[in-house]
Amino acid sequence: MKRFINDSKKYWEVAKYSAKSTLKSEVANSHLSWLWWILDPLLFMMVYSFIALIVFGKGEKYFAAFVFIGLSSWDFFSKTVKQSVRLVSQNSAIVSKVYLPKYVLIYTQMMVNGFKMLVSYVLVVGIMVIYRVPVSYNLIYMIPLFLTLFLMTFGISAILLHFGVFVDDLFNVVNVLMRMAFYLSGVFYNIANRNVPEPYASLLLKCNPIAFIMNELRKCMIYSVTPDLRLLAFWFVMGIILSVIGVNCIYKHENSYVKVG
Amino acid sequence: MEDREYVVEKEDREFAVGREDRESAAEQGDREYAIEVENLKVRYKCLNKISIRESIFSLRKSQVDIIEAVRGVSFKVPKGEIMGIIGKNGSGKSTLLRTLAGIFAPDEGTIDLHGHSVSLLSIGVGFQKKLSGRENILLSGMLLGFTEAQIREKMDEIIEFSELGDFIDRPVKTYSSGMYSKLAFSITAILETEIMLLDEVLSVGDVKFKRKSFRKMRQLISNEDRTVVIVSHNNNTIKRLCSSVLWIHEGEVKMQGPTSEILPKYRRFMSGGKKKKARRKKRLARKRMLEQQRAMAEGQAGLAEVPGNVEETQAVLTEVPGNVEETQAVLTEVPGTMGEAQGNQTE
Repeated sequence: MKRFINDSKKYWEVAKYSAKSTLKSEVANSHLSWLWWILDPLLFMMVYSFIALIVFGKGEKYFAAFVFIGLSSWDFFSKTVKQSVRLVSQNSAIVSKVYLPKYVLIYTQMMVNGFKMLVSYVLVVGIMVIYRVPVSYNLIYMIPLFLTLFLMTFGISAILLHFGVFVDDLFNVVNVLMRMAFYLSGVFYNIANRNVPEPYASLLLKCNPIAFIMNELRKCMIYSVTPDLRLLAFWFVMGIILSVIGVNCIYKHENSYVKVG
Repeated sequence: MEDREYVVEKEDREFAVGREDRESAAEQGDREYAIEVENLKVRYKCLNKISIRESIFSLRKSQVDIIEAVRGVSFKVPKGEIMGIIGKNGSGKSTLLRTLAGIFAPDEGTIDLHGHSVSLLSIGVGFQKKLSGRENILLSGMLLGFTEAQIREKMDEIIEFSELGDFIDRPVKTYSSGMYSKLAFSITAILETEIMLLDEVLSVGDVKFKRKSFRKMRQLISNEDRTVVIVSHNNNTIKRLCSSVLWIHEGEVKMQGPTSEILPKYRRFMSGGKKKKARRKKRLARKRMLEQQRAMAEGQAGLAEVPGNVEETQAVLTEVPGNVEETQAVLTEVPGTMGEAQGNQTE
């Protein structure tokens, strides 16, 4: 445990700098460069709004913000998890020449994706201002919700990073699972109110942590309702457990990652 | 040109003197150790990457080949020492170095670095291709354990040493392999760690850069506190830089000791039987050639048969004394002639 804290402190700057450079390089070659950080979530939001409102005809109050919150959180989670499966082999140049604890690579990914999520949330705030969404002190619950999101993401990524080194097909499996989870997480529809039949609805909300987090985020941000604190605590603890498992796996086996190459 | 050669020789001499001092101090055995390795074993598990399809349809355990690259190696390196590691390809030298650098964990045995910072310099120190050279300098430096401030201080020095000019701000994927290695070398050479491990890097770059990197390496190594371990196939490099040598053969320590002792044995071992025959042939051919040259220099057909005609030559030589008397008889006649000559003159 102590080793984890020391290592994290030691390599924090490396992760930060690496994230910054990655963002810069992503932007260096494209024409619209940093504009994409805004356009990307915006355009997708419009696509999903179109589908939900016009194709399915099931809108919600303040639908734009609704979709935005869901989409941003989902993107952060799914991108980080998907990338973490191949993280070691993509970074093999560095990993085979210098020692660094492999989960530091996850930090970098989380920072990059987190930055993009931040940009989307700025847009969310913008939309909330435009639509004059009433806010309450419940906003404060955003903090533990985000923390839970980070923990869950980190834990799952760490475990997948470990297995991704040895099992090549894991990437495809994770892709499919993520797609399924996307549709089951109510990104552009509301699980509670919409025609999802009862046993499934509560099952989804309780067992799918991302669906839960998304729902609660919306509740506290745009609907001014206090989120379910008990379940939140439960998922928070689950996040910690997953992270501990992941980090342990990595520490135990990281020196054979390079040998598998 | 002459001046530079002189300078290089002078540096060589100074360096050799410093090295001798260190060798004698080492023999006294009162220096602390920078690296202590005890019974180190490192194994590669060639886990064939499992595909899910295979593991579902055949329940046999995936075959794991275990290759032991380092088999029970023990050695100690005193502080400030420059040790070379030699051995044929595949004997576990690079694995050993990487284990020392912490990239591999030992499967058995211990490594004690006494808390010193260590850096590994090998061909192609990990760079992120998309980032520019400058960003990679910062990244590599931070991975080696330096703070951003420390690296920025030395940034200009590194860029200058690498001779990359404007390319430093372009993505590394646009570099040629020579530029790549130059940058890698500059980073590790200027950001100095307490233990430096060099994996066959002194042979990269063009002649000018090779010379420069050699001198820089020597200047770094002459720092008393820095311990350096060099892996090289270039015997010249080892001879000029290292004071002691570790010979690794197939994962085990074959010999360890001062350079002057081990290097000749190693060279003989590596040449093996093949070269002995060739050397003998060469020797005989050279002897024959010299003999022919000698014969031609004398210019006499007779002498070509010298070995057989020794007796004849002696016979000729013994005749000579006889001729001497005859010569003397001739000579005594002469005064008579001179007397007659004088008589003629007085008349």
